[in-house]
Amino acid sequence: MNKKSPVVTIVAIGIGAALFFVLGRFVAIPSPVPNTTISIQYGLLAFMAALFGPVAGILIAFIGHALIDFSYGWGIWWSWVIASGVAGLVMGLGAKKINVEKSFGTKEIVTFNITQVIAHLIAWGIVAPVLDILIYSEPANKVFLQGLVGGLANIVTTAIVGTLLCVAYAAAKPKAGSLKKEN
Amino acid sequence: MSSVFNYIKGKSPIHALTGASKLLVLVLWSLSAMTTFDTRLLVALPIISLLLFIASGIKYRDVSFVLNFTFVFMVLNNLLIFLFSPEHGVTIYGTRNVLWEGFGIWVVTKEQLFYQLNVVLKYLATIPLVLLFVTTTDPSEFASSLNRIGVSYKISYSVSLALRYIPDIQREYKEISVAQQARGLELDKKKESLFKRLKCAATLLFPLIVSSMERIEIVAAAMELRGFGKNKKRTWYSSRPFRKGDWIAILFSILLLALSIALNFINGGRYYNPFV
Repeated sequence: MNKKSPVVTIVAIGIGAALFFVLGRFVAIPSPVPNTTISIQYGLLAFMAALFGPVAGILIAFIGHALIDFSYGWGIWWSWVIASGVAGLVMGLGAKKINVEKSFGTKEIVTFNITQVIAHLIAWGIVAPVLDILIYSEPANKVFLQGLVGGLANIVTTAIVGTLLCVAYAAAKPKAGSLKKEN
Repeated sequence: MSSVFNYIKGKSPIHALTGASKLLVLVLWSLSAMTTFDTRLLVALPIISLLLFIASGIKYRDVSFVLNFTFVFMVLNNLLIFLFSPEHGVTIYGTRNVLWEGFGIWVVTKEQLFYQLNVVLKYLATIPLVLLFVTTTDPSEFASSLNRIGVSYKISYSVSLALRYIPDIQREYKEISVAQQARGLELDKKKESLFKRLKCAATLLFPLIVSSMERIEIVAAAMELRGFGKNKKRTWYSSRPFRKGDWIAILFSILLLALSIALNFINGGRYYNPFV
C-alpha cells in the first residue's frame, strides 16, 4: 500500500462496498454442493484491502455485507457482518508491505495468500461462531462447522480470484521507468 | 435500485418519521431482540411490529418474495440446530422432559422445542422491522440518518456512495458478462470444472475492477476539488428536523432496550425458564 489522499480512501470504501454488494448479491457461481454458491466477493475484498489498506478493508466488508443482508430483508446477521469486517481488517494489515501498483511477484503472492488464510481463519473460525454463540446462543458444534466450511470455501476463492486480480492489476499498471527516451 | 432496496412511497405515520429516528429505532430494537431470550418479550415484539406494518400501509404482496425466502432460511437453520444439537435446550433449561424417543441421539424434548421456538421468535422479532425500514426509508435519506445518529460524515458519505453506485456497477457487470460470454467464456457448471469457472470469474471481474478504479479516481478528484473533508461537519440536503412522532418512537425503543436488559436480571440470566 502506498500513501493515498483520505478522500480517495472514502470513495474507495463506497465503490468497493458497492462492488462487494453486487458480487455477493447477484453474481452466483454454482458450486458442486447443491444450493450453495461461491462468494467471489472475498477475492475482491482481499484485492481492495491490499490496495487501500486496513481501514478500507474493514469498512468495505462491513458496509457491503450489511447491505447484502439488508437487501434480503432477513435482518442483519451481525455476527457474520462483523466477521467479514474483521477479515477485511486483517487482510489490509497483512498487506501493508505489498505495493500492488509497483509489483506483484512470487514474494508478494506468498505474503498475500498467507495473510488471507489467516484473515479467513480468524473471521470464520473464531469471530463468527463465537458471536453466533454469544448473540444467538446457537449450539457450538453447528456454528463451528458452518464457520469452517464457509471459511475454507472463502480461502479457496480468495486464493484464486484475489491473486489473479492482483497479478493482472500489477501487470496492467505502467512501471516506473518503463518509458525510454528516443534518440 | 428499486429491485434491491424497494422503497415504497407513502403517506403513513411511519413514512413521516425521519430516517434518523427510524434507523435509531431499528438499532435499539434489534439490540433488545439480540440481548433477550425471554419468551414473553419475544412474543410481544413480533406482534408490535405486525401492528406497525399495518400502520405503514405496506401490502403483503410487496414483501412476500423476501418473506418466503426468509422462511426457507429459517426452517433450514432450525433443522440444522436440531441435527447438530438435539439436547441444546436441555443444557440451557436444566430439565429433561422427553416427548418422543426418536432415533438414536435425536430425542425430542420439551426443552428443545421451547428453545427452538425462541430461535424462531427471534427471527420474527427483527425481520418485519428491517423490512419496514427498507420499504419506508428513502435510500438518499439513509446516509444523512447515519450521520445524525453519530457515525462520522465521511463514513456516511461512503455508504451514500455505495448506494449510489450499486445500480451502475450492476449494469456494467451485466454488460461485461454478456460481452465475455459472446466471446466464448463458459460459466455453465455442466461444461467446466470448478477451478476453470473460478478463473473465468476472475477474467470477468477484471474489466469491472479497472473501470471501478478509474471511477474512484474521478469521483475522488471531483470531491477534493469541491473541498470535501475540509470541515468537521457538513449539512445534508435530505435531512429533516425531528418532530413529536420521532421523539415518541425513540423514547419507546429506549424503554424497550431497558426492559430487555432488566429482564436479564429479573430472570437471573438470558432465558425465561418455564420448566422450574
